[in-house]
Amino acid sequence: MKETLIIAGFGGQGVLSMGKILAYAGVMQDFEVTWMPSYGPEMRGGTANVTVILSDRRISSPIAHEFDTAIILNQQSMDKFESQVKPGGTLIYDVNGITHHPERKDINIYSINATEECAKMGNAKLFNTMILGGYLKVCPVVSMDNVMTGLKKSLPERAWKMLPANEEAIRHGGEIITAVHTL
Amino acid sequence: MAEKEVKLMKGNEVIAHAAIRYGCDGYFGYPITPQSEVMETLMELKPWETTGMVVLQAESEVSSINMVYGGAATGKRVMTSSSSPGVSLMSEGLSYLAGAELPCLVVNCQRGGPGLGTIQPSQGDYFQACKGGAHGDFHLIVLAPNSVQEMHDFVADAFDLAFKYRNPAMILADGAIGQMMEKVTLSPQRPRKTDAEIEAECHSWAAYGKPADRERNVVTSLELRSEEMEKINQRLQAKYKAMEENEVRYEAIECDDADYVIVAFGSSARICSATVEIARAEGVKVGLLRPITLYPFPKKVLAELAERGVKGFLSAELNAGQMVEDVRLAVNGKAPVEHYGRQGGSIFTPDEVFKALKDKIINR
Repeated sequence: MKETLIIAGFGGQGVLSMGKILAYAGVMQDFEVTWMPSYGPEMRGGTANVTVILSDRRISSPIAHEFDTAIILNQQSMDKFESQVKPGGTLIYDVNGITHHPERKDINIYSINATEECAKMGNAKLFNTMILGGYLKVCPVVSMDNVMTGLKKSLPERAWKMLPANEEAIRHGGEIITAVHTL
Repeated sequence: MAEKEVKLMKGNEVIAHAAIRYGCDGYFGYPITPQSEVMETLMELKPWETTGMVVLQAESEVSSINMVYGGAATGKRVMTSSSSPGVSLMSEGLSYLAGAELPCLVVNCQRGGPGLGTIQPSQGDYFQACKGGAHGDFHLIVLAPNSVQEMHDFVADAFDLAFKYRNPAMILADGAIGQMMEKVTLSPQRPRKTDAEIEAECHSWAAYGKPADRERNVVTSLELRSEEMEKINQRLQAKYKAMEENEVRYEAIECDDADYVIVAFGSSARICSATVEIARAEGVKVGLLRPITLYPFPKKVLAELAERGVKGFLSAELNAGQMVEDVRLAVNGKAPVEHYGRQGGSIFTPDEVFKALKDKIINR
């Protein structure tokens, strides 16, 4: 098993945190793990992305030029990463703010409207875990138990009261993800 | 404290954990991206409450390195960390530390230069780290980690080598290794050296307080008599020769039957190990020689590979071509040696390196 994943969007969307939850879950599941962020001086508003690799073997390069899965959360990232999904791979995107939808026919494409659903749930902070739920529905690389452990480990203790809401967001993400084009 | 533990951590964070667990006596630093997590983690872990380790934010890198000089002069295990522009500010201090033969650890988490440059990863400080980087004939011991685990392990290794040779040691990392998270096994906590142990170990040179039974120790790099200064230089050179004979470390991946060998260190070596996988899958016999010690450089194994009939070497570095000079000296004209690099914070991918190998060596 080897999953090479890129999560890309704006700073502040929880891109790096989502990768961290997956990385922790991967450790719990006894995978080798790398979490390689693009890091910048900006905290919010700039582009942010993270490459996460989960593997049952030693990981050679933490830097990849093509991905099994891309989770894309803004147009700039779509422009940059749609072409870097491996043929037969998977692209998941949040539709909010996307003006040019993905057009490739040789990959699986799923959309999710987490921006709107989070607004309905009354908490925009659940955005990244809802997306994560959608991803795990399509690519169940780690178990839900390990994801919840990963979530707990990546949150400071004062935020643990948010765990049930996040668990609900992950579950709901799995319900609302929609196939746009599958092979 | 706890025994061996597996954690998920950034390379920079692990430097802090490793220093405490090694029994480091003091850290003096000044923040700079992409290495700021080193001191941030130390401040969070508050080792002064457990092991008694001092953690101090100095007013500048010039102060940090001179605080390191002061701590090292008393036989303590002290360290600093910075990123490229900050290390440049430390270069005078490094020359003084080498001249006074003081052991210490300096971590450089490189970023793109020259000047203030960028905060993204680079390997542009190879020359600075390996060729002295400041005035006078001296060398640092330079270790290049390629994983978060090695960031951990090399803290202990660098301190041990620094004390073995009474010479400053550097961990030459970069923004990629510093910012990346991976699984790491932390070592058990070791006690800091006691005063009695420091006295036993550093009796002949350290200024920890003069006992009645010996003359005072003077820690200095100043010697105005040229005959004496030449002797000091000869002693330093003998020390470097001993390092070259005894301390060379490298990792050879699939080099035994390789027709072509990529030479790469640190984060580049991780990328190039995937290049080897891609090339082998296409039936091209490519190996990777990863220098772990950049100084002393693994010249002998490169010469042996060239002697054995390797048809060409590609030095893949995140710079305009620095280590390639050492590879050329080692191969000594027996096979073509080319360089491939990206600069300014850009990173090459495994397939880009394979393309460069084909263009510059295999198909030329």
